[in-house]
Amino acid sequence: MQEENLVAANEFCLHHNIEINFIYSLQEYGLLQVIRREESVFIPENQLTELEKMVRLHYDLNINVEGIDVIRHLLERIEAAQHELNELRNELRIYKTD
Amino acid sequence: MDFIDYYKILGVDKNASADDIKKAYRKLARKYHPDVNPNDKEAHKKFQQINEANEVLSDPEKRKKYDQYGKDWKHAEEFEKAKQQRQQHQYSGGGGQEFYGDFDSEGFSDFFESMFGGGRTRSRQTKFKGQDYQAELHLTLRQAYTTHQQTLTIDGKNVRITIPAGIENGQKIKLKGYGSPGVNGGPNGDLYITFQIEDETQFKRSGNDLYTTAEIDLYTAVLGGETMVETLSGKLKLKIAAGTQNGAKVRVKAKGFPVYKKEGEFGDLYVTYQVKIPTNLSEKEKELFTELSKLR
Repeated sequence: MQEENLVAANEFCLHHNIEINFIYSLQEYGLLQVIRREESVFIPENQLTELEKMVRLHYDLNINVEGIDVIRHLLERIEAAQHELNELRNELRIYKTD
Repeated sequence: MDFIDYYKILGVDKNASADDIKKAYRKLARKYHPDVNPNDKEAHKKFQQINEANEVLSDPEKRKKYDQYGKDWKHAEEFEKAKQQRQQHQYSGGGGQEFYGDFDSEGFSDFFESMFGGGRTRSRQTKFKGQDYQAELHLTLRQAYTTHQQTLTIDGKNVRITIPAGIENGQKIKLKGYGSPGVNGGPNGDLYITFQIEDETQFKRSGNDLYTTAEIDLYTAVLGGETMVETLSGKLKLKIAAGTQNGAKVRVKAKGFPVYKKEGEFGDLYVTYQVKIPTNLSEKEKELFTELSKLR
């Protein structure tokens, strides 16, 4: 992975005014993959959106890391179900007469 | 504009303690937060309402003012001014204000603005993501067949988007940050575009595959031959095997719809043959068909 695609975890925490331990907890639960280079911890850019969402869930709504994990799973299932519903609707269109 | 009952919105009693209000707000915020209700307009609206109710009821000064003037919010300004005049012997001017609507797309209702001013001074520094916008874009099947650009106008600004070939009917794409501005420095909302694809062609689409029918004459069906078939990328010559039955279906590889975001990859085209039986036969034809039937 190229350096320009990484964001320093410290900077991220400063910007969002959060503790670095939160990042470590997410990593422990497998919710975030961080990259360690020498003494520093970095977050891949493609994980930022999801990480910011988890920050909001935790700091705005007081949801703990286990709760965030559950929410993520449920949202993924809802999204998959919506996708499947859409595909089935499209398939049904084939059988509709004009 | 109507009076908004913030206690009712949070589902608490008028004598609720600060702790009760906090609990009720937390509970409702968890239920309606935009991050746990993606693409749900109603939940977003509700979230704005509970945010606003909490903004007022969690701040002792605002709550006091709200409780004091509450339903008489229209006169709150006048009461305040009269009080100021009495206390400070100062004249305070100020033009009238027009009121309209309830909750606006920015987050706070006109009712809130009229009572507490336009400043979004929040007691807590909680950042909230702005509201997501939803839009619908109609495309024809032919438009969806090729990667092309379209310009959308969002909040008066033109946004040029590239629509990759192969987009599905009902598919949603997200344009990050093109929603309404965030609250308290929170991130902007996103713009979700749902594509509605109208099929104006003879083709039926299922995923990346296309279905069509082709008419062939009886003689080609019996003896074999060739026929020209329309595809979305032009005409195609197909070989017909001798003895092709009516309703026979053939698959033409990679002549279907482009696979979304996979350049050069296509689904298949399924062609169903419809054998056209000759009508208005001449005497000679009838004779030959009869002769043929005797041979079988």
